[in-house]
Amino acid sequence: MNAEVAAATAAPEKKEFWRWQENTWYDESKNWKDAKIITCGIDVGSVSSQAVLVCDGELYGYNSMRTGNNSPDSAKNALQGIMDKIGMKLEDINYVVGTGYGRVNVPFAHKAITEIACHARGANYMGGNKVRTILDMGGQDCKAIHCDDKGKVTNFLMNDKCAAGTGRGMEVISDLMQIPIAELGPRSFDVETEPEAVSSICVVFAKSEALGLLKAGYTKNMVIAAYCQAMAERVVSLLERIGVEEGFFITGGIAKNPGVVKRIERLLGIKQIDTKIDSQIAGALGAALFGYTLMQKQAAK
Amino acid sequence: MIANYGYKDGSGEYYISIDTDKCIDCAAERACLKACPQQMFEIITDDYDDEVAWVKKEKTRALAYDCAACKPAGGYTSLPCTTACTPGAIKHSW
Repeated sequence: MNAEVAAATAAPEKKEFWRWQENTWYDESKNWKDAKIITCGIDVGSVSSQAVLVCDGELYGYNSMRTGNNSPDSAKNALQGIMDKIGMKLEDINYVVGTGYGRVNVPFAHKAITEIACHARGANYMGGNKVRTILDMGGQDCKAIHCDDKGKVTNFLMNDKCAAGTGRGMEVISDLMQIPIAELGPRSFDVETEPEAVSSICVVFAKSEALGLLKAGYTKNMVIAAYCQAMAERVVSLLERIGVEEGFFITGGIAKNPGVVKRIERLLGIKQIDTKIDSQIAGALGAALFGYTLMQKQAAK
Repeated sequence: MIANYGYKDGSGEYYISIDTDKCIDCAAERACLKACPQQMFEIITDDYDDEVAWVKKEKTRALAYDCAACKPAGGYTSLPCTTACTPGAIKHSW
């Protein structure tokens, strides 16, 4: 078989539309070697893992990547990604806090703290001390959290029964529509009339329903809009149970999807507090800040 | 802190709410642990270093099924956990 025939008969490369961009960032205006205390937060989520470095209580850098099938390796790789960029070694970090779904499987962590407390603390840093209600929209669950002006949790509600209304649900729709996940939000507004929300509350049935809508003549954008609306309605009903106070902030990967965020704001009638920091790192950032506080307490003894 | 564990789906809302501030000064000597026939609760040190009751992680996904066993016999006001918990720190949404 010649090369041309082989190329023509080869299976087409399967595109992974759901795969979001992994990213690394650090503050180039600072040098970590000048810091007295360096702490790290590692958030091993069900879908993504983040490592955040905090120098003397200030965000210095982070790395966000896909969680693999092994939590310890995911934690190591996430941290290695940022350490390689800035020439840091594990020994240079004073304290490591693990959080998220795989927090007990971070081999080099000094302490594990729940993602609920870490997201509240991270949101308090990112959105300021006005933040009172936090919606954490993660890969496989959603949490509604109330906190005080110091980021301490006062009330939370976790809903981890179903993937509908989570990042994974959005990935399923992205793959079904064959549209890159980052484009779903903007495209959901490219419709003449806002369609009815997808009615299924299970992501498996929602996928079937989305297929049915396509067959019934909906455009892809309309189906995406219907799914974004369904997701927004679902998390708003979660929020309503504990109530939404002024100072609303969304963390987690879905916070980067304007199709869902703007619909949540519309349903609630309030706008979320803006931040320039990637909302996906809130949990790991909170963990690193917890580590910094613990180091300060130890130093004061 | 009010900790709500559970979920909402097409069949209804299933949440157990634990007022952890009341847990800290428990007058019932952690009676909730023994009272629950499904052994759903455990005492943990929370993120703010307070000893409080919470629903075991592996049980949070099965509240509707595990709690259902107490409902028909006990009704809505006299569940074993809420009765044992004298400070009234445990509440059910259904």
